[in-house]
Amino acid sequence: MSVDLRQLANRIRLRVVEMSHRGRSSHVGSSLSMADLLAVLYGRILRIRPDAPDDPERDRLILSKGHGCAALYAVLAETGFFPVEWLATYYQNGSRLAGHATADGIPGIEVSTGSLGHGLGMACGMALAARRDGRPYRVFTLLSDGECDEGSTWESVLFAPHHGLENLVAIVDYNKIQSLGHVKDVLDLDPLAEKWAAFNWAVREIDGHDLGAIEATLREVPFTPGKPSCLIAHTVKGKGVSFMEDELLWHYRSPQNDEYRRAIEELEDQ
Amino acid sequence: MRTAFIQTLTDAAAADRRVTLVVGDLGFGVVTDFAGQFPDQFLNVGVAEQNMTSVAAGMALAGRIVFAYSIANFPTLRCLEQVRNDVCYQGADVTIVAVGGGVAYGALGATHHATEDLAVMRAMPGMNVIAPGDPLETAAATRAAAAGIGPTYLRLGRSNEPTVHAGQLPWSLGRAIRVREGRDLTLIATGGMLPTAVAAAEQLDQSGHAARVLSMHTLKPLDTQAVLLAARETGTIVTLEEHSIIGGLGGAVAETLCEAGLGNVRFQRIGLPSAFTKEVGDQEYLRRHYGLDVESVVRRVTELFEQGPRAGADIP
Repeated sequence: MSVDLRQLANRIRLRVVEMSHRGRSSHVGSSLSMADLLAVLYGRILRIRPDAPDDPERDRLILSKGHGCAALYAVLAETGFFPVEWLATYYQNGSRLAGHATADGIPGIEVSTGSLGHGLGMACGMALAARRDGRPYRVFTLLSDGECDEGSTWESVLFAPHHGLENLVAIVDYNKIQSLGHVKDVLDLDPLAEKWAAFNWAVREIDGHDLGAIEATLREVPFTPGKPSCLIAHTVKGKGVSFMEDELLWHYRSPQNDEYRRAIEELEDQ
Repeated sequence: MRTAFIQTLTDAAAADRRVTLVVGDLGFGVVTDFAGQFPDQFLNVGVAEQNMTSVAAGMALAGRIVFAYSIANFPTLRCLEQVRNDVCYQGADVTIVAVGGGVAYGALGATHHATEDLAVMRAMPGMNVIAPGDPLETAAATRAAAAGIGPTYLRLGRSNEPTVHAGQLPWSLGRAIRVREGRDLTLIATGGMLPTAVAAAEQLDQSGHAARVLSMHTLKPLDTQAVLLAARETGTIVTLEEHSIIGGLGGAVAETLCEAGLGNVRFQRIGLPSAFTKEVGDQEYLRRHYGLDVESVVRRVTELFEQGPRAGADIP
């Protein structure tokens, strides 16, 4: 069985827009920028089984950028971890799907996140325990560019190569926009790949919307034996909906009626 | 307490290879043997407490029972959000161990005084808060935590604290230990103030105030039954803690008394003022300065009795 990645990514985007519209929630742009990454991870890369979400040998994915959880919930539902009907309740009173990734009884959510700069450290701990316990699983974590401002992120960046965590993969969704502006203007991260490389990670840079490139690259982890892998994925915030692309507004705004209809039409045409 | 902790942890690690010690580049002379004996169960993360706490949580979520060890405020306040989100929110089997509770690091100054930790850790959802009163309590608490009891804060003193208890210790989480019997008042002590409470009680006995002493080694969950029983049976409660007067043992006991309708019991909190110390000196010096020595405690209690039957009765 082979999932059509284009279709899966598109369904994630449709779900994200629906969820954001219905729940009047923020972070639609942050969810759309990583839809292709999640489609490849859940469609091809992660060794996971929706019917056994707690399998001790499963690969782990920690969504360190927990605010992008709409896309994570969407891909989990689309790949069978829980009923797609749950998505309609996202961000609403009495729902089990909160506006940041919440592990409380949601199959497939490994840890609860939301505050930035926590995921990579927990991923380091899991990867180290896996290696010491002789477990074969790998730990993936998806970071935002904004959380590369956090000092705690860099504590973990320093830690992982020292311990040779080759079963750890950090993916940066480098969509170039953070909370109050473009990354370049708020707190420039460039040269980002060189920074991770200087900390002794094996680094690759790709177009984070090129499904073939994402898959080919992630199939090669660890990029260098004995080192943790860092994938800098150059992405576009709001990718897939023309009027949301590279617009700060869509870090916060939820699509209103006309915007919602236009976004759905665009995505259904893709 | 430090020695009792590491010895007990060493035994626990030998018996259960999930038991893991993570340190933030501190513990010179304390953790070296453990590290050599159990290399797969030891990790020094470097001077990086945020990452230490996240890594500890990650290891716990991967099946380990983790002790994250540092001194003073470094494993608590420095990385408070990691404690809250990565340890407590996930319900991870992580025990945060702080050596140097209170003003144990004396002349090192206020940066190294852990004087708000109990209040802050008490406020963390799902967190057990333990401050053992002597080395035997420390060993018992460490054994309990090594079995995996979820998020826990273990506040220790330093070393060479006197042993208060004798023989087999009836220690269990959330159960105060009645160290001494008395009808006229109850001294409730937490952490390293236990020996002071016992010594003060002995002096008070001689002046006609028979003092019960409770070791409240667990602040959360608090043994409210023992507090209420003490209030009803002895009528006077005095709390003793090497911690800010705000939010620690005294606060917890006051909440318990008031909510049970015992707000008019004769009650006194003895602790540190909510202030950074301007004094330089060792632990004994600072305790004396702040009225946490035996003589000061005896004087405060005596004054309390001189004020009349119920301090609260004066409040209109």
